[in-house]
Amino acid sequence: MSETLVEVRNLKQYFPVKVGFVKTIPLKAVDDISFTIGKGETLGLVGESGCGKTTAGRSILRLYKPTGGEVIFDGELITDSNITRMRKKMQMVFQDPYSSLDPRMTVEDIIGEPLDVHKLCANRKERRERILELMEIVGLNAEHATRYAHEFSGGQRQRIGIARALAVRPEFIVCDEPVSALDVSIQAQVINMFEELQDKLGVAYLFIAHDLLVVHHISKRIAVMYLGKIVEIADADELNGHPIHPYTESLLSAVPIPDPDVTRARKRIILEGDVPSPLKRPSGCPFRTRCRYATEQCAEECPTLTDRGGGHEVACWVK
Amino acid sequence: MSETLLNVQNLHTSFFTDNGEVQAVNGVSFQLNPGEILGIVGESGSGKSVTAYSIMQILADTGRITEGKILFKGEDLTTWSEKKMQSFRGKNCSIIFQDPMTSLNPVFTIGSQLKEAVVLHTNRRGAEADARVIELLEAVGINEPEKRMKQYPFEHSGGMRQRVMIAMALACEPDILIADEPTTALDVTIQAQILELIQSLQKKMGMAVILVTHDLGVIADMCDNIVVMYGGRICERGTAREIFYNPKHEYTKGLLRSIPNVNNMKERLIPIEGTPINMLNLPKGCAFCPRCDAAMKICLQEVPEEIVINEDHKAACWMNIKAAYEEVSRNE
Repeated sequence: MSETLVEVRNLKQYFPVKVGFVKTIPLKAVDDISFTIGKGETLGLVGESGCGKTTAGRSILRLYKPTGGEVIFDGELITDSNITRMRKKMQMVFQDPYSSLDPRMTVEDIIGEPLDVHKLCANRKERRERILELMEIVGLNAEHATRYAHEFSGGQRQRIGIARALAVRPEFIVCDEPVSALDVSIQAQVINMFEELQDKLGVAYLFIAHDLLVVHHISKRIAVMYLGKIVEIADADELNGHPIHPYTESLLSAVPIPDPDVTRARKRIILEGDVPSPLKRPSGCPFRTRCRYATEQCAEECPTLTDRGGGHEVACWVK
Repeated sequence: MSETLLNVQNLHTSFFTDNGEVQAVNGVSFQLNPGEILGIVGESGSGKSVTAYSIMQILADTGRITEGKILFKGEDLTTWSEKKMQSFRGKNCSIIFQDPMTSLNPVFTIGSQLKEAVVLHTNRRGAEADARVIELLEAVGINEPEKRMKQYPFEHSGGMRQRVMIAMALACEPDILIADEPTTALDVTIQAQILELIQSLQKKMGMAVILVTHDLGVIADMCDNIVVMYGGRICERGTAREIFYNPKHEYTKGLLRSIPNVNNMKERLIPIEGTPINMLNLPKGCAFCPRCDAAMKICLQEVPEEIVINEDHKAACWMNIKAAYEEVSRNE
């Protein structure tokens, strides 16, 4: 693997939830996750809704103040005091292109805002030039600069959001479900743009999504989350070809593949029931209540990630 | 196959808005046989949901069927009175919607909502109706139905609510089940549960299913026959294998190239350029031609007719008409 850019160590993010009048209990949205992302690499983060993948992305950028653990960016520990400076190197693209752009700002001001915040442009002319350059990179026309967000389609809005993230020349972008709100025929345009930008600018991505085929396409490595924990992390092809964790196995088998012969020949592993509430987390392994292989040990102790060869890490007692 | 269950002929549905008439569906025809699973696939705004709502006649106030016939067992639904339609809905044809969070009434228990459907369409009353509700909840795989029927929708997860919706739709064992994006709001593992449920119930009860979705994976998994829609028209139809392995319309081809598949993981995707169509401003010719790489002069001017590719496959694209014409003239 290439040089490490982002290192996440034992990151924890708990939210207090009120029960009754005074008592609060912690909701463990992200519970002790660790991983690394190399320079110019894409790590996919998949899981079902409520598994903590979005929270993980936001905690890394310190949009939430983490409860525990640390994030090291390019050898430097991220703290409250240096976060403003660090955000020049790490940015975010949000899921919903309809609510993540201010409806009262023109495209020029939206893309220009990070330039103003970080005082990256000496004068108006330079700012204008940089904005037009960014718009060109993401495939928007120069005449769009004075328009408002509502005048654009979903795919174009997502391009504006990407241009805004690119404005500060970041080395790392957290992409939180950037294509899920888009039409099928538009998704490919945006996925391609992410891949092209990576080739051209060498940015690293944490690509959060629930669509496993999209994640497999764009990522070099993939991490699978379940109830706040990473249960498996491996090279994208390895994970799809030889999943080890029972959850990954059933998740992959549940994805409908757009190929009738392939998808009908497969055997779906149907999981019983729903994901438990993160407030009532099972003891031991979080997946054991839905796992076919669960043993007594699984209820007692939570397995940790162990390397099964070639960087394929799995957290499971049985497999 | 036996007698056609549902025969939609040249359906036109328009919405009359402040900005003018929006022709959401423009001449859609298809047949549904008993026990068939038909997939309608398309992007948002392609008219797939409006087609489904037109069959049930549950369009918004501004919407109206302006032309065409919908024949159910030979009788034209468009001429039926509202009262007659009410007995059709639920009894002969049921619909489940995308969002199970909003399609149940939050102030009534699951049981009372299900009982309403049972009482409305069958002769069962009181304890007999309750027994039917429990039977239905069991059929859709809900544990402890006696306890569950006393609970409110907020006490159930998304997957559970969708099961309740399916139970409600199946209360009177309809001939047709319309599923409008039934799993789009659900997680992958829950989606697999629901799809499996629809498949097994379909086999057991022998009903016909119209599955409306934008997800080509779900379509590939579930459907016998597929209808591809774009801009309110059907651009291609055929068996699942024909559509996926031998697509003939440029839109279908583009769509299949643009999605990640097991085979193209290492390659760049080939997107369809441009943006989805604006239904207020339909082009004169083929609706897809502004985004089509292969567009010719005629595509701009005239809407292509559907031509037969083979007995399991039809497509409405000038490219095919041109190819067929060239072959005929070569043979001569």
